[in-house]
Amino acid sequence: MLTIKNLQAKIGDKQILNGINLEVKPGEVHAIMGPNGSGKSTLASVLAGREEYEVTGGEVEFLGKDLLELEPEERAREGMFLAFQYPVEIPGVSTINFMKTAVNQIREHRGQPALDAVSFLGLMREKMKLVEIDQSLLNRSLNEGFSGGEKKRNEIFQMAMLEPKLAILDETDSGLDIDALKIVSNGVNKLRNKSNAVIVVTHYQRLLDYIVPDFVHVLYKGKIVKSGTKELALELEAKGYDWIKDEVSVA
Amino acid sequence: MSKDNQVLEELTSKEYEHGWTTNFETDSAPKGLNEDIIRFISSKKNEPEWLLEWRLSAYRQWTKMKEPTWPNVTYPPINYQDVIYYSAPKQKATPKNLEDVDPELIKTFEKLGISLTEQKRLTGVAVDAVIDSVSVATTFKETLGELGIIFCSFSEAVQKHPDLVKKYMGSVVPVNDNYFAALNSAVFTDGSFCYIPKGVRCPMELSTYFRINAANTGQFERTLIVADEGSYVSYLEGCTAPMRDENQLHAAVVEIYAMKDAQVKYSTVQNWYPGDKEGKGGIYNFVTKRGLCFGDGSKISWTQVETGSAITWKYPSCILKGDNSMGEFYSVAVTNNYQQADTGTKMIHIGKNTKSRIVSKGISAGHSQNSYRGQVHIMKRAEGARNFSQCDSLLMGDKCGAHTFPYIDVENNSAKIEHEATTSKIGEDQIFYCLQRGIDEESAVALIVNGYAKEVLNQLPMEFAVEAQKLLALTLEGSVG
Repeated sequence: MLTIKNLQAKIGDKQILNGINLEVKPGEVHAIMGPNGSGKSTLASVLAGREEYEVTGGEVEFLGKDLLELEPEERAREGMFLAFQYPVEIPGVSTINFMKTAVNQIREHRGQPALDAVSFLGLMREKMKLVEIDQSLLNRSLNEGFSGGEKKRNEIFQMAMLEPKLAILDETDSGLDIDALKIVSNGVNKLRNKSNAVIVVTHYQRLLDYIVPDFVHVLYKGKIVKSGTKELALELEAKGYDWIKDEVSVA
Repeated sequence: MSKDNQVLEELTSKEYEHGWTTNFETDSAPKGLNEDIIRFISSKKNEPEWLLEWRLSAYRQWTKMKEPTWPNVTYPPINYQDVIYYSAPKQKATPKNLEDVDPELIKTFEKLGISLTEQKRLTGVAVDAVIDSVSVATTFKETLGELGIIFCSFSEAVQKHPDLVKKYMGSVVPVNDNYFAALNSAVFTDGSFCYIPKGVRCPMELSTYFRINAANTGQFERTLIVADEGSYVSYLEGCTAPMRDENQLHAAVVEIYAMKDAQVKYSTVQNWYPGDKEGKGGIYNFVTKRGLCFGDGSKISWTQVETGSAITWKYPSCILKGDNSMGEFYSVAVTNNYQQADTGTKMIHIGKNTKSRIVSKGISAGHSQNSYRGQVHIMKRAEGARNFSQCDSLLMGDKCGAHTFPYIDVENNSAKIEHEATTSKIGEDQIFYCLQRGIDEESAVALIVNGYAKEVLNQLPMEFAVEAQKLLALTLEGSVG
C-alpha cells in the first residue's frame, strides 16, 4: 500500500529526514517511535504533503501512485488521513459542516454523487456511535474551546467519516488521560480491517497497549535505526531511548 | 510561482459576473449640474412645485459644502460637471402593468436572476426594479395594497401619496446632512417608497433591485420606509453595474422612520462593479442610510454584505429617540484587489433604556484597504442605555490593510458600553487542515470566511444568505497568499 524508499526532507536549511525506508501493507499497524526531534512528526507531515517541508530525495508510492506528485487534497482523496497532533480551530464552522464538505468533495473525486442531507445524517449517526462522540460537540465550531480529549476524539470521528485506506495518527495520545486514551484507541481499533492500514506515531509505549502494532520502528536522527515487533516497544519503555542512541553511535 | 500565487492569478483574471450592458434607448439629461438640470429632472418627473423648491434649496446648500476628506480612502477629485444626472430607459408611456414594460428591460433583470413576472417569482418577495434613474416595475403591488401597504417607486409616491412623502422625506436625513446627501436631495431621480400601516406585519420581503446601465451616469436614488405603530417589515436591497473603465458615482439616501413598537429590518447585498484587478473603474458608493427609532419600543436593524464598489463610504445608522428603542448593525465588508471601504455605523442614544448592538466583520485581501468607523453616542437623557460592539478584521495576504476607528461619547454615567475587537489572518494551518480532509483550497477559503462571517450572515433572510455566501466565496476566490 505504502512504499517509502530513501526519503529525505528538510525544512528551511535544516535536513530532518535522512533516508527513510518503510513498507506498509493492507491490514497492518506500524508504530513509529523515537526520541523528541528524531523526525517522527516531520515524516507524518511530509506524507500528508505539508508545503513547508521540502523533499530532497527518495520516493514514495501510495496505492500505485507517486505520492510526492500529488497535492495534499489529492492525497486525502486517494485515502490518506492524518490525525493531527494539534487539531486546528476553525471558528464558525461546525464539524458537521466541515465533514459534509470533505465527504462530498471526496465522493466527487470518486465519481459518486453528493450525499443528500438525510443520508449524510445517517452516516454521521453510525460513525458517532462507533467512536462514542456526542452530537453537541459536532454542532460546535470545529475544535474551538474543545478539551484535548475532545479534539482527539473529533479527529477519530473524522477518520471514521472519511474511511481512509491509510491513517497516520500523529501523537494522538499526547494530552489524553487514560479514559480518553481508551475511547480514542477503541475507535481506531473498530475502524481497522483487512484492507486499511494505520501508522501510529508516538513517543510513549502506553498507546500501543491499546492499539497493538504489528511492527515497531525506531526513528533516530531522521532514519529508522531499528525495527521489530511490539516487544521492541516494551523494551523501549523499560530502557528508554539512550541504548538506541548508543547502538547507533557505535555502529 | 507558488501555488497560492497561481490561484491568485486565476482569481484576478476572473471577470465580474454582472459586467454586461443592455442596449435600450435612453432619455438622458445633458452632462453637468446646475439649476436648469434640476428643473429638467423635476419636470421630466412631473413634480409638484414644492418638491422642485426642495431640490433647488438642497442644490444651493450643496454648492456651499465641501466633499468630506476624513474617510480613509483616496481617489482623484470627482468632476461633478462631467456626470449625467438623469438617464432613463425610453418607454412609450408609464407602464401600467408588466405587459407594458419593454421586454428588453425585463430580460435585463432576468439575466440578473430577478424575475419580474410575479407567477415565476418566489411568492415571498416583492420587487421594485430600478434601472439607472428610474423604477421600471414593482411587483405584488395589488397583493400588498389589500393590507394597506404602499410599495411603489418614489416617483409614483410623489404623485399618489404626496402628503406622506412631504411629511417624512428629509425627516431622518436632512437635506444638508452631508455633502452626498445634499447632492442626492438635489438630483435624486427615483427609488422606492414603502409605508406599512398601523399593526400590519408585512407578509413578504420587500426588495429593491438597483442596476446602473448607462455610461457616465450617476445613480442617485432615495428610499423612504415609514413603519407605523406596531408594524413590521423586512426590506432587501441588491445592486449591480456593468464593467466600465471610468468610475461611476452612486450617492443614495435611505431613510427609515419607525413609530411606536414598529420593527424594520433592512438588508443589503451590495455588489456594484468593484473595478478591475489594477483598480481601474468601479463604482464610488457614497451612501447615507439612517433610521429613526422615533417611537418607544421601536427597532431598526441594518444588515449589510458589502462585496462590490471601488470605494464604499457608508454608515447605516440609528437614532434611538424613543424610550426602550433598539438599533442593530450587522456588517460583512469584503475588499479585494484595490478596493477601499470605509464603513460602519452610528448609534445615537437619546431615549431611556435604549440598546444598540454592532457586529462588524471586515475581510481584506489583495491590495485593498478596509476600515471600520463607528460612533456610539450616549446623550444626557439616555438613562440606562447599553451598547455592545464587536469589530473583527480578517486579513488575507500581507499587502492589504485593516483599520478600526471607534468613537465613543458618553454623557450619561448609567450607560454600559462594551467594545471588543480582534484582528486575525487566515492561517496556513487552517488551510492545510482542510486540504488534508480532501477539501480544495478555494472551498477551504470559502468555508473559513463564511464561518468567520456567520453571525452576520445568519441575520439575512434565507435566500439572501445563500446568495451572500456564494458572493463572499466568489469575491475572495484564491486570494490566499
